Amino acid sequence: MNSLIRIFAIMKKEFLQLSRDRLTFGMIVGIPLIQLMMFGYAINTDVRNLSAAYVDEADTHLSRQFVADLGASQVINIKQRVASVQELEQLLDVGLISIGIAVPDDFDRRVIERDRQAVQLLVDGTDPIILGVAQQLSALPVRFDTQALPSPSVNLMEVRNFYNPERRTAVNIVPGLVGVILTMTMVLFTAVAIVREKERGNLELLINTPIKTPELMLGKIVPYIIIGLLQVVIIFTVGCYLFKVFIRGSELDVLTVSLVFIAANLSLGLLISTLVQTQFQAMQAAFFVLLPSILLSGFMFPFDGMPVFAQTIAEVLPLTHFNRLIRGIVLRGADIDSMWEDLLALGVFMLVAITLAIARFSKRLD
Amino acid sequence: MVCRCRQILNNMKAANDIVISATGLSRRFGSLVAVNNVDLQIPAGTIYGFLGPNGSGKSTTIRMLCGLLTPSAGSATVMGLDTRKQSEVLKQKIGYMTQRFSLFEDLTVAENLRFISEVYALSRKRRKTRVAQLIEEFNLSKQLKQRAGTLSGGQKQRLALAVAILHDPQILFLDEPTSAVDPKNRRDFWEILFDLAAQGTTILVSTHYMDEAARCHSLAILDQGVKVADGSPMQLGESISLNVFEVVAEDPNKARISLAQQQAISSITQLGVSLRVLIPKDVEGGLQLVTSTLAHAGVHAEVEKVFPDLEDVFVAVTESRPEGIAA
Ligand SMILES: Nc1ncnc2c1ncn2[C@@H]1O[C@H](COP(=O)(O)OP(=O)(O)OP(=O)(O)O)[C@@H](O)[C@H]1O
Ligand SMILES: [Mg+2]
Repeated sequence: MNSLIRIFAIMKKEFLQLSRDRLTFGMIVGIPLIQLMMFGYAINTDVRNLSAAYVDEADTHLSRQFVADLGASQVINIKQRVASVQELEQLLDVGLISIGIAVPDDFDRRVIERDRQAVQLLVDGTDPIILGVAQQLSALPVRFDTQALPSPSVNLMEVRNFYNPERRTAVNIVPGLVGVILTMTMVLFTAVAIVREKERGNLELLINTPIKTPELMLGKIVPYIIIGLLQVVIIFTVGCYLFKVFIRGSELDVLTVSLVFIAANLSLGLLISTLVQTQFQAMQAAFFVLLPSILLSGFMFPFDGMPVFAQTIAEVLPLTHFNRLIRGIVLRGADIDSMWEDLLALGVFMLVAITLAIARFSKRLD
Repeated sequence: MVCRCRQILNNMKAANDIVISATGLSRRFGSLVAVNNVDLQIPAGTIYGFLGPNGSGKSTTIRMLCGLLTPSAGSATVMGLDTRKQSEVLKQKIGYMTQRFSLFEDLTVAENLRFISEVYALSRKRRKTRVAQLIEEFNLSKQLKQRAGTLSGGQKQRLALAVAILHDPQILFLDEPTSAVDPKNRRDFWEILFDLAAQGTTILVSTHYMDEAARCHSLAILDQGVKVADGSPMQLGESISLNVFEVVAEDPNKARISLAQQQAISSITQLGVSLRVLIPKDVEGGLQLVTSTLAHAGVHAEVEKVFPDLEDVFVAVTESRPEGIAA
């Protein structure tokens, strides 16, 4: 009973302080929105409208058809036709185009006999994304609508795109971003919440009261859990309206895994607060956690493509497990039960972190 | 009336009980010895002062007695509880006003009081009445909705004391509680302390001010972590091995220069037109020495032997330690 009174007292105090701290309050709503806009609109890995030019030395019905098809794909935006390959190279050199298409004069013969490459793509290879696009283009089939010829399929492989047929980055980014934003804000908020009291001298008063360490920690965590869940709701609402990313699985599952993930991050924040002395150090420590989380968790790069060493580190990070869970639920409509290992990993992380934080937090000044 | 009598009786009965006791209490920070082998015996219901210059270890000692710092050596018991092992039980019974304002500056006065009353888990009814009572007693009703950070120095100190006694502690540790308070408010503040002591609260207060130290029932003078003297202000005055002479001179500067030639004089302090001259007791004919020196220099002055005040004691024990203290 007394414990409850004390926990509620701390919670109420945290809410009051939060409501008066405009900067933090702005960050709670602002960070999700800004990040969502940034990743959703600006950082767009589905490339469209790369500027291109072409030279068509064949100038046959088939070659014209081919160039028109490329243009219609919308991946490239054909700006001009030039007379020679040299001109294409010049345009590439000065950076006016990213891709040059060279159709040789014996294009028709090459397509039919298939003994040599029919078309040359000149690419600015310094940008791996453009290089990827070129590879994608090279797999594009050449259509033969000439009656006289049968319709052999020129490309040998077909890619079938599951879950995201329109290849929109947002579909992958939005659920991934939930985890990144929560890692960023939750770790930082709790770490700072305690260190700030250390710096302002409030802690010397608090530790001289009969409040117990777990009561203090719980009272600090609960308000931020609510704030974290609020952020999750904001992100998915905006994601739904602006980027048409819908939750295929159950909303309750989303909230459940978010809850465990938030608690894990808050516990980590508390642990950090017991290790550092100043708010600045707390911030540095939070970014020290954030960076590997972003890079290794599968948010930026596919997990399976990473070296084993990096994968091992990634398995320790809560964001890795959360990404699997949330992508599973949101994109594939998966059930929590099928991913219990990741949920368990988050739970274990949280318990370890909070236990260490409570053990390390001392009601003494020495 | 009946109640008042019982209180006084209780106080008399408790007067012999030692509630704060320390033996060989020491604390080092790296190579620095902040508190060195301090012994304390403080009876219930007294106002006990810690007088000492900056860095003399007042705050460190108070923190050890609260159980906030672990002693490097020695031990302390407060209300019979060991400050090392039983600090959690102790916290319910003591109040501590930190030297630095430690309430939440972004909460209002009312919110701060309510928060602390909840942290001490007082009953709902008690919370209400106690907070209302303290607001009234400490004259804070006009500032209720004001953020604590925007209070004036004196208001902050009143709020901090109100918070420290909110749960009716039997022992109160006040670390320089009046450092930012004007003389009038300081007197009011001390009125409250005397009231609390009359009700049986034991108060340990640290200070730089001599006038405050003089109000304490008993005090300890700390210097560089060592307790160099203790006792009541009267006892302390008697204990020093120096005689104090007050010299009121027409030309105090000239008087000071002439007296400074005398090797036997251990200290001269100028207070406006008067000088306080300290001469060791074992120097024969101190009064004679002063008057003749002044006459020789042609300075007209009245010289009088006076009872040492705390400032004299302070100068005596901190400047010429350990010779300055009577054995
Ligand atoms: N946490 C600490 N780490 C290192 N040194 C400390 C620490 N706390 C206190 N000290 C040192 O111990 C000595 C005593 O400090 P303390 O704060 O007890 O002095 P004080 O008598 O309260 O002084 P003031 O009147 O200035 O408040 C000082 O030299 C101080 O620098
Ligand atoms: Mg101090």
